[in-house]
Amino acid sequence: MCGIVGLFLKDKALEPHLGALTNEMLTTMCGRGPDSAGFAVYGDALNDRAKITLQSPNPATDFANLDRLISGAIGHEVDLRVKSTHAVLTVPSDQLEAAKAVLRSQAPSVRIMATGSAIEIYKEVGYPTSVASRFELAKMSGTHAIGHTRMATESAVTTLGSHPFSTGPDQCLVHNGSLSNHNNLRRELRHDGMTFETENDSEVAAAYLTWRMNQGMNLGEALTKSLDDLDGFFTFVVGTKNGFGVLRDPIACKPAVMAETDQYVAFGSEYRALVNLPGIETAKVWEPEPGTVYFWER
Amino acid sequence: MRTIDLAKTALRDLNQDLHRQSAGTNEARWEVINPMGSHAVAVGVDAPITIDIRGSVGYYCAGMNKQAIVTVHGSAGPGVAENMMSGEVRITGDASQYAGATGRGGLLVIEGNAASRCGVSMKGIDIVVKGSIGHMSAFMAQSGHLVVLGDAGDALGDSIYEAKLYVRGTVKSLGADCIEKDMRAEHHDELAGLLAKAGISGVQTSEFKRYGSSRKLYTFNIDNADAY
Repeated sequence: MCGIVGLFLKDKALEPHLGALTNEMLTTMCGRGPDSAGFAVYGDALNDRAKITLQSPNPATDFANLDRLISGAIGHEVDLRVKSTHAVLTVPSDQLEAAKAVLRSQAPSVRIMATGSAIEIYKEVGYPTSVASRFELAKMSGTHAIGHTRMATESAVTTLGSHPFSTGPDQCLVHNGSLSNHNNLRRELRHDGMTFETENDSEVAAAYLTWRMNQGMNLGEALTKSLDDLDGFFTFVVGTKNGFGVLRDPIACKPAVMAETDQYVAFGSEYRALVNLPGIETAKVWEPEPGTVYFWER
Repeated sequence: MRTIDLAKTALRDLNQDLHRQSAGTNEARWEVINPMGSHAVAVGVDAPITIDIRGSVGYYCAGMNKQAIVTVHGSAGPGVAENMMSGEVRITGDASQYAGATGRGGLLVIEGNAASRCGVSMKGIDIVVKGSIGHMSAFMAQSGHLVVLGDAGDALGDSIYEAKLYVRGTVKSLGADCIEKDMRAEHHDELAGLLAKAGISGVQTSEFKRYGSSRKLYTFNIDNADAY
């Protein structure tokens, strides 16, 4: 099983409430995925600055002087905002690679969950309501968000095995299902220079889309191409800096419901996840067709 | 009429109340409000009562229904009226996958569209869909009728046995061993009866095509009987 929720706002007035709405949606899906949870929130895109979401099993020691360590090494001001086991490090965009190199060499137990100008990713092992509250999802604002509750089938219950997976700047993917050709595909993608953190099948799907987008495709085109190259069961919800995509495999066993109004596009594994959204009574509600790419961009 | 508000009442209490009803009950009319996509609403009812559910429901609504007339004034999640025995279930919106699966009797009417696997392994239920149905519908359908006013998706009636399928629109593809068959007089009569039972007017039986089994799969060959 697994639960997915996603909310892509069209109405700016809802942006301060993105976290609260996503929190309600996500915590309805606890039963579908009680072992871990995670979410990506796309805030206002920063100009000239990049965000790196970090995670550490020892946040008290790892994050204590991390900002000074990084700013000393790269020679630029940085900002570090700690939230439980995660922290968001903000650096000048042109110092992103330098900062990542310092993290890798001098803070090896710190993991990079996502990088980009808008995205922040938080994910942990634990019941979804407690994961959402420890990272204060309900207080967050932004333009779109994607959440996942996990019932692991293909790999271990770990922080890194939780969703969303981010394999490119401002990109993320969540998955309900299981892929059967992920080992082959991982080998091929590695050969083309992609790197992987886990043995998880969903990470391969995320990396595949990143690889396609690196070739110049937009998210919609990359999703369409994935229908030829991915084998298995999947319902994907995917985010980019300004895009939101949904794809189900052609057999479409994994559930999906969507709702659209003038204010938002929303996704839920079940209709229950959508019932508290504003105007849901009059929203266009439908089940996404199998093997059909749905894609919104602002 | 009993009105149950699922925002205030536990689903289990509602279902236990419904299970207490029997043939002579005085509480023949029920209304359920605020279902909010809950699963298993009005499952396992066995009494001649009417239940109106105001809003959309989740998985398995009205599963195993006997005698009751259940109307969902909204859409239904996967497995609506699964294994229905008798009575009537009506969905005014859309139904998700495997609507009416394994149903043994009664009438399921979906006024919107039904997703994939509608009527999978049906065993005597009558299903009438005003809209279209998804792929793999009526897979291994054994008996009963599936009437579709719209279109059917891929692999309709794959490995079908004796169920009869009537489709008014296009069929994207037929599954293994499913073929188009002649509409003879008795089929027009039967289809007219099904449409009337579902309360549908304004369509002619001549607009439909009939599909069923060509009985050529290995399961129909007596020489394979030992294999099972």
